[in-house]
Amino acid sequence: MAEDAKSPAKKGSTRREFLRNSGLTVGGVVLGGALGSLLGGKEQVATHDVAPAPQLTVNPAEALQFFTPDQYRLTQAAAERIYPKDDNGPGAMELNAAIYIDHQLASPWGINSKEYMAAPFFEAEETQGSQIRILRKDLFLLGLKALDAYSQKQYDNPFIDLEPEQQDQVLTDFSDGKVPDISGVKSPLFFSLLRTLTIEGVYADPLYGGNKNMEGWAMRKYPGSRMAYVKEIQQDKFVELPPQGLNSHMGH
Amino acid sequence: MATKLPKVPVVVVGMGWAGGIVSAELTKAGIPVVGLERGKDRKTSDYLMAHDELRYQHREELMQDLSKETITHRNNEKMRALPMRDYGTFIVGDGVGGAGSHWNGQTYRFLPYDFEIKSMTDEKYGHDKLGADYPIQDWGLTYDEMEPYYDTFEKMAGISGETVESYGKRSNPYPTGPMLKTPIMKMFEEATKNLGYTPYVLPSANLSEAYENPDGISRGACQYCAFCENFGCEYGAKADPAVTVIPIAKDTGQLDLRTHSNVTEILNDGTKATGVLYIDMITGEEFEQPAEVVVVTSYVFNNVRLLLNSGLGKPYDSKSNTGVIGKNYAYQVSSASSMMFFEDQEFNLYGGAGALGIEIPEYVGDNFDHADLKFIHGAGIRVTQYGNRPIANNVVPKGTPAWGAEFKNQSIKYSNSFFPVKSQGASMPYRYNYLDLDPTYKDAYGKPLLRMTYDYTEHDRELVKYISQKTHEIAEEIGADIIDTNDTQNDFNVNKDTNTHNTGGVIMGTDPETSAVNTYLQMWDAENVFVVGSSAFPHNSSFNPTGTLGALSYRASEGILRYLDEGGSLV
Repeated sequence: MAEDAKSPAKKGSTRREFLRNSGLTVGGVVLGGALGSLLGGKEQVATHDVAPAPQLTVNPAEALQFFTPDQYRLTQAAAERIYPKDDNGPGAMELNAAIYIDHQLASPWGINSKEYMAAPFFEAEETQGSQIRILRKDLFLLGLKALDAYSQKQYDNPFIDLEPEQQDQVLTDFSDGKVPDISGVKSPLFFSLLRTLTIEGVYADPLYGGNKNMEGWAMRKYPGSRMAYVKEIQQDKFVELPPQGLNSHMGH
Repeated sequence: MATKLPKVPVVVVGMGWAGGIVSAELTKAGIPVVGLERGKDRKTSDYLMAHDELRYQHREELMQDLSKETITHRNNEKMRALPMRDYGTFIVGDGVGGAGSHWNGQTYRFLPYDFEIKSMTDEKYGHDKLGADYPIQDWGLTYDEMEPYYDTFEKMAGISGETVESYGKRSNPYPTGPMLKTPIMKMFEEATKNLGYTPYVLPSANLSEAYENPDGISRGACQYCAFCENFGCEYGAKADPAVTVIPIAKDTGQLDLRTHSNVTEILNDGTKATGVLYIDMITGEEFEQPAEVVVVTSYVFNNVRLLLNSGLGKPYDSKSNTGVIGKNYAYQVSSASSMMFFEDQEFNLYGGAGALGIEIPEYVGDNFDHADLKFIHGAGIRVTQYGNRPIANNVVPKGTPAWGAEFKNQSIKYSNSFFPVKSQGASMPYRYNYLDLDPTYKDAYGKPLLRMTYDYTEHDRELVKYISQKTHEIAEEIGADIIDTNDTQNDFNVNKDTNTHNTGGVIMGTDPETSAVNTYLQMWDAENVFVVGSSAFPHNSSFNPTGTLGALSYRASEGILRYLDEGGSLV
């Protein structure tokens, strides 16, 4: 039955319809999986009413600390447009940039722990850096919502269901500030957060959850973290070395 | 209530290069020193996991926690200053070693011209060369007087380099030979020689060869691993106070180093300090540390802020052009550059070192004629190879989108096939560029933040225009397939520019009306307070500041020892 929900034939039936049909509501409010389970004896229904689960993974860190599965998939789709799969190799989605972003937003960085966050907040001149009270983790989620809302408005569909060219246009509008402010924040600031996180997610050490199998590094022939390049830097010819992660330094 | 501790001879505030050198020199002479450092203690083995671009460079592992303290900035007096909430332009070091842990290690001397800039400019170009709003001034001592201190600093740190004939005379060659020359450095070398220039390998604290310094500290040679800038060196090859001067001070048994100790005030009666007030940042406990001598050796910003928050010295006032604390804040002007892209050549740019590069001396100081130019001083024009880490180096030709399919393809295509001919230019003081206390924003302990009023001047914009012609000419001679030259100096942006060479605010000189400290960095207004660091520079040269900061720290140490003996003003 789970397969049914994912199958193309059933694409027209929305999750909401499915839940309504399953009858799992209390006072008109559709209940989610966890609460469904708590109600008891409906385990089978409860497994159905969550959206298709992200693929089972072998790396235990390939799991979500912060996003809902929906937010995760939307982040994957948006990051993939920032850094798409091409002849060079995998895009942000395959490189697990969205896993990286999830972990970052769940970290102290997501709550701006090392930034000066004291009031008052005034509108800044171009030259004064961002002056935002909203925490990164919240700005990112508000931005995701805005991505879907704007996609719906422009193309009558959520972002994830748009054609790649339409997704690029939506992101371009965010980047150019053509989108209404997001809780008072200019859309380019959300875009810039998304772009920065995507680039970090494809190129940071794999210990952070992205740059899967160091394939981000391999595409640009970056050898990762090694202890010495005395020989290589003197050579006229390019020396390609297989990438190494920080875990290669463990046990030293 | 603060717990009052027993009085000590000397308390040092901040344990970077300045604090480390002063502590080593004083303890070697048998003087007990209390060293207060608000960050943590460090040693080389802490850096075994330091080849982590995200953590160290983009999450600023070695930098000050801005949630506790930052600066506010405005471009001019008409604007409202707002806090620098996140790191952008400056990175401010924290912990034992300070900026001396995360620095790149480029270790120059300033020019004879720098120390006598006012006299030499007046003599050659007349009194009105820059106009009344640019308060350049002589430093109060000459290059020849500075030379022995430079020599001492270079021997302690083991600086690698080659003698440059057109710079100030050296009493000794560099303690270690120059760094290796990589293919891109050779390309710059050949092109600049063709153009009639005299390139030299830039002086480096990364150590070209194994070296034992006069204190008996042995360090291994640089491995060109490409993790200098923003990172600590796990080999100890990069000279860092935590592997050079601070271990020496500790070995004497005379250094009482207290980490996580944040000094909030210099206690004083207006003419003399009695000690300092500090907070243990872990427990929140407050302590009073009485001392005979207070040595202020934190970063430029906090040196100025501590004095202002303690009511020491006369604050600078731009309207009346009086006072000294906060005056002559200067930066550097580094926008002139020519980015080069190569279609069929790949370089091993993943390797490198913080002070690996080559430069020409022809456009620094007064090495070229300024009679028809609307600026003085100049810029070092250079090629460096720090190691291109992948998050920070996605450089694409002008006109390429900043994201998406084309961006990905171009950034990968050129990832090992680009490098710039860049520049680092001097910064002259300007009457309306200064530091004072912010009227609104406070630090985590309720003390006002430092407010920076700063923008590039007309002088700076002229310099960039002129120097960019030179970088472009060299790039053309190198023969890249695409050359993108930037010839424009935009407004100063606290979130975008990248240079941590801040100077001034507690400047040295011979006149208490126009300087805050004498040439031993002793305060005119409080003889037992020494303020050591690049805060003492009356202007900023085009060279990286640490060599000069280190030399002045040795001179200040000599002054402090004399003061402990004789008392009174040293000049």
